Amino acid sequence: MSLSRRRVRAVLRKELREYRRSGAIVGAMVILPVVFIIPPLIQIFALPASASDALQGADVLLYMLGIPALVPAALAAYAVVGERQQGTLEPVLTTPLRREEFLLGKALASLIPSLAISYLVYAAVILAVEVLAARAVAEALLQVPEILAQLVFTPLVAGLSIWIGMAISTRSSDPRTAQQLGTVASLPTVAVAALIAYNVIHPTLGIAIGFGVFLVLLNAVSWRLVSSLLDRERLITGTK
Amino acid sequence: MGTDSKSGPALSVDDLSKRFGDRVAFHDVSFEIGYGEIFGFLGPNGAGKTTTVRTLGTLIAPTSGSATVAGIPLTIDNGIEIRQRIAIMPESPGLYLHLTVLENLECFADLYEAPDPKERIGRALQAVKLSDRAHDACGTLSKGLRQRVALARALLSDPQVLFLDEPTSGLDPSATRDVHELITALGRSGVTIFLTTHRLEEAERLCDRVAILNTTLRMLGRPADLRDRLFAKALTVRTVAELPEPGEVFAGLPAVDGWRHDALDTYVLTVSDTRVAAPAVTRALVAAGADVLSISESHHSLEDVYLELIDEENKNQP
Repeated sequence: MSLSRRRVRAVLRKELREYRRSGAIVGAMVILPVVFIIPPLIQIFALPASASDALQGADVLLYMLGIPALVPAALAAYAVVGERQQGTLEPVLTTPLRREEFLLGKALASLIPSLAISYLVYAAVILAVEVLAARAVAEALLQVPEILAQLVFTPLVAGLSIWIGMAISTRSSDPRTAQQLGTVASLPTVAVAALIAYNVIHPTLGIAIGFGVFLVLLNAVSWRLVSSLLDRERLITGTK
Repeated sequence: MGTDSKSGPALSVDDLSKRFGDRVAFHDVSFEIGYGEIFGFLGPNGAGKTTTVRTLGTLIAPTSGSATVAGIPLTIDNGIEIRQRIAIMPESPGLYLHLTVLENLECFADLYEAPDPKERIGRALQAVKLSDRAHDACGTLSKGLRQRVALARALLSDPQVLFLDEPTSGLDPSATRDVHELITALGRSGVTIFLTTHRLEEAERLCDRVAILNTTLRMLGRPADLRDRLFAKALTVRTVAELPEPGEVFAGLPAVDGWRHDALDTYVLTVSDTRVAAPAVTRALVAAGADVLSISESHHSLEDVYLELIDEENKNQP
């Protein structure tokens, strides 16, 4: 099977244009991570320098890996069922567009703003910790390996969240339900990030590499799996 | 796999059926359509017209039967190749309302991988007379204009077979005339048009042949042939005054099979051949000393054919 880059790009460009025209979509995506990050930040700012010893070796900032899991979930869950509800799905499905191309274009369109928002929030948090937290606390929190892990795992976590959202979207008949389910489905990933941040799970380099490879494979498999769920007949007629 | 040649029929449908569980959408439908033919597909609501279009457009799979679309056998594996050669304009335009007309068309030109998309888009916009609205957001357009954008979108791929589902729904008379001219021009250029419509006068004016579907195919043929098949030919005679002995005037005339008194001064004659019967009737009336106002051939429209068929079916239903 050969994929057409032009068709994937057409779907992606269309989606990005729609985001640009309706700013509320991206605006709504920003709210959640901001709410998600403010309470721990306030706690960090209130920590005295003496707390830095307890923070040594902890991976507190990996808590933010919950952001790429949460941000794209609702957007991805809307992707297919939303088009269906608007009546725009049928014309698209009458073109030579393959299911894989359609979903890849949609997934990239969810991934791009999610990455942008996640990285912007990370940058804002790092800057805020650097400026507002006690010096010793900032030095204990801002570890290069942790920041690197954050950068590398963000697209992988977002990708997984997107495929779960898309799977829900292809099988759902109501966009609101799909978006709620998509958000709920991203919570286990948020929970894993929280367990790492609270030192319940202590990732070593080996675990990180293994988990990274696993996520890459899982994303690839999920793309194929979700593609097989996209059934033209069911989406058009609501039967089957 | 099919070929690029246009030697065979553009659409060939053989005993095609589609069921959704216990519900029959359409059953045992068979027909053939040639390249460049404008084919009307008529039927009441729920007759299976849209499902037939979706099946032939590879959106849904038939339950049984076979078909060839644009020279390619209708199978799941051939879906993409078929969709490269056809275009479907659904009843609802389904445009991206936040995007401009141009952006909508750019998206679909890329989905069809149209060569020279700018030229294609320009041509399609010109065909539907929307070049001056290219930069307007689709959400700001009227229903009729949206319909025209959807038609432009369907033209982007230069399709061999174009399925149009109620293409003039919501259009004003002037826009309707433009779409009719476009359909006729497309037919002349060799594009096969599969036109689903409720507007019977539209089908009569545009279509080379029509099919009437009500789950099964009820009739198929040229509109004139359908009329002849369903209705006896008739002459309507109007005189200044009532004829004293109409039976004596009309009896035994060549090609006249029967007559009835329709109104005070109007008689309807059932005839086998109007070209033979009309002169004979005229001569007989003059010989009888009648003052003739008019002798005309009775015309039945496609609407009459359609209503006759549907009414007949409704009567036959338990």
